[in-house]
Amino acid sequence: MAEIRVQNLRKAFGAFVAVQDSNFVVEDGEFFVMLGPSGCGKTTTLRMIAGLELPTGGQILLGGEDVTMRRARERDIAFVFQLFALYPHMNVRKNIGFPLLAQGMPSAEIRGRVEETAKLLRIDHLLDKSVSGLAGGDRQRVALGRAIVRRPKCFLMDEPLGTLDTEFRDLMVHELRELHNRIHATTVYVTHDQMEAMSMADKIAVMNHGVIEQFGTPREIYDRPATMFVADFIGSPPMNFLGFGGGLAKGAKEIVVQGAKVPVPEVREDVAPAEMALGIRPEHIRFDDGSKLRGAIYGTEYLGTTQIVAVETVDGIIKARVPAGIHLSPGEQVGLTLSSARLSLFEKGSGRAVRTAMHDQAAEARHG
Amino acid sequence: MSLTTAHSVVAPSSNAKLIAGTIIIAYALISIVPLLWIFATSFKTPPDSIAYPPKVVFQPSIEGYCNLFTTRTRQTPEYINALGPATGFCDETVRKRNMVIAGPSNFLPRFVNSLIIAFGSTFCAVFLGTLSAYGFSRFKVPLADDLLFFILSTRFMPPIAVAIPIYLMYRELGLSDTALGMILLYTAVNVSLAVWLLKGFIDEIPREYEEAAMIDGYTRLQAFWRTVLPQATTGIAATAIFCLIFAWNEYAFAALLTSGTAQTAPPFIPTIIGEGGQDWPAVAAGTTIFLVPILVFTILLRKQLLRGITFGAVRK
Repeated sequence: MAEIRVQNLRKAFGAFVAVQDSNFVVEDGEFFVMLGPSGCGKTTTLRMIAGLELPTGGQILLGGEDVTMRRARERDIAFVFQLFALYPHMNVRKNIGFPLLAQGMPSAEIRGRVEETAKLLRIDHLLDKSVSGLAGGDRQRVALGRAIVRRPKCFLMDEPLGTLDTEFRDLMVHELRELHNRIHATTVYVTHDQMEAMSMADKIAVMNHGVIEQFGTPREIYDRPATMFVADFIGSPPMNFLGFGGGLAKGAKEIVVQGAKVPVPEVREDVAPAEMALGIRPEHIRFDDGSKLRGAIYGTEYLGTTQIVAVETVDGIIKARVPAGIHLSPGEQVGLTLSSARLSLFEKGSGRAVRTAMHDQAAEARHG
Repeated sequence: MSLTTAHSVVAPSSNAKLIAGTIIIAYALISIVPLLWIFATSFKTPPDSIAYPPKVVFQPSIEGYCNLFTTRTRQTPEYINALGPATGFCDETVRKRNMVIAGPSNFLPRFVNSLIIAFGSTFCAVFLGTLSAYGFSRFKVPLADDLLFFILSTRFMPPIAVAIPIYLMYRELGLSDTALGMILLYTAVNVSLAVWLLKGFIDEIPREYEEAAMIDGYTRLQAFWRTVLPQATTGIAATAIFCLIFAWNEYAFAALLTSGTAQTAPPFIPTIIGEGGQDWPAVAAGTTIFLVPILVFTILLRKQLLRGITFGAVRK
């Protein structure tokens, strides 16, 4: 196993830049997820790490070794494809043993390794079956088997659960994470599904238009989104934005939104007057008739323990997650109170998050 | 409301099936009559073969086959009587017509030429076609579309339009009347078909298969050999049949460019001449034997061929 270091990685297809100067480090044994909408460059990045695409610029280091221009087969990595790419003309045993055959391993040893791997994935009863008759989950396990049988430096997975049914997917998310906990293989996992990313990753990189918008733990990304894109992409429903104008002075602890004063985490930088946005997660909104920030109930979505309530304000609809017990009827006027410590501030133009006390606490928590 | 049985809107009704079946059977019968007639003629005696009205019921004879494989000379009855007893069935048959077998005819070597040239050129065309199709399908070939069009354009004109230049070139190069020359020519004609057909098939095979193999430690060529080829067998079989049928049946170039050692069966069969006119049973016998290889090859590969002509049937 090895760490993966990506430095200023860039890929252009003619005039189209798929990946722009990406930098990140996947530490040894880490489960790293690249998350983003389709076409954001996450798969291209993965294919460059694999050696299936050559970068236009930058470096890829695998375990400290520069492999940027090396052929895929010389990198000692394993790749799990979305379509699994199981060879239809081979049975399960041959599929799993295929990478070992390339190394010229004696067939008795291949047999042993394949059976060991199959046991680990609980597919040893399927070894002599044809791959075309397998169910989605089992295909996925065979594809994983083919990846882990070689004990490579790292695993790369390109939306491996994308084609599975929902029930299989939940099961495989659990299994994949469990497998990772057992074998501690450095893994790079690409997906557009935030649920998969949040539940499996040690670290997440959120990508958009070829740029890594934020790199951090699932908690950091959810609690302190670095950009409005991340705030909007992560979370279901996503973060709400309320616009406000004017600049911010260092040390400010309060802003004015729709005529109401809202306390916010202490601002740590000066921001020139511009269009701004206040970001609030739905679960950080409470209904409080005393609040000056007001809106009318637009509709509710019942989810069992909680409900998502859409509230129409002068700045558009915002969604709040409140206990299911509260009864609300459409049209009803409510006051909104926001949990001050959990609010994010953004510059609308660049989408960048403004540094506040919230970031300090996080940094302290990390270093302390 | 009247009571009617439910019927599918997509499945053909039984009436439609009946009509379709009748048409197909009628067409098949019409198509097979000439073949059956040739087959029957090959077992007739020369007088029976030109009898009028044509004989449908006749005493079968293998005289046609004897005449096909031998050359004979006419002798006086005294000479024939002076010979020892007939050595075989053919010997006996020809002696009845006051002839003796002088030696083997050229049919067998011509037939072997046909086999070598047709299968040789089919192999070359499919081999080159598979590699080029793979290249066009997987790599960024500069001007790929123009090149593909250029390859296709070689089929626009009737091959015979280039017969004279090719004849002159072949004479200069010493390729006239050689098996190599014919293999090269048929390969050149067939390779365009092979590239186009196979590109379609290879395009259908997801490239993840080779990518997976290349990541797992194989070179591109090994990946191609072990993952692409096994999945392209359907396309390769279909292409091979189309190429073989062309090369096997080709007459014009064969008649023009081969006359002796490299002559193939198609120009040879019409030259079979018998005693006092065309020896129709021998011609029919040659034709019948000529049909066998292509028939066997097609039957062996019929499954692949059937999947081949229904494009897009390659599994994803």
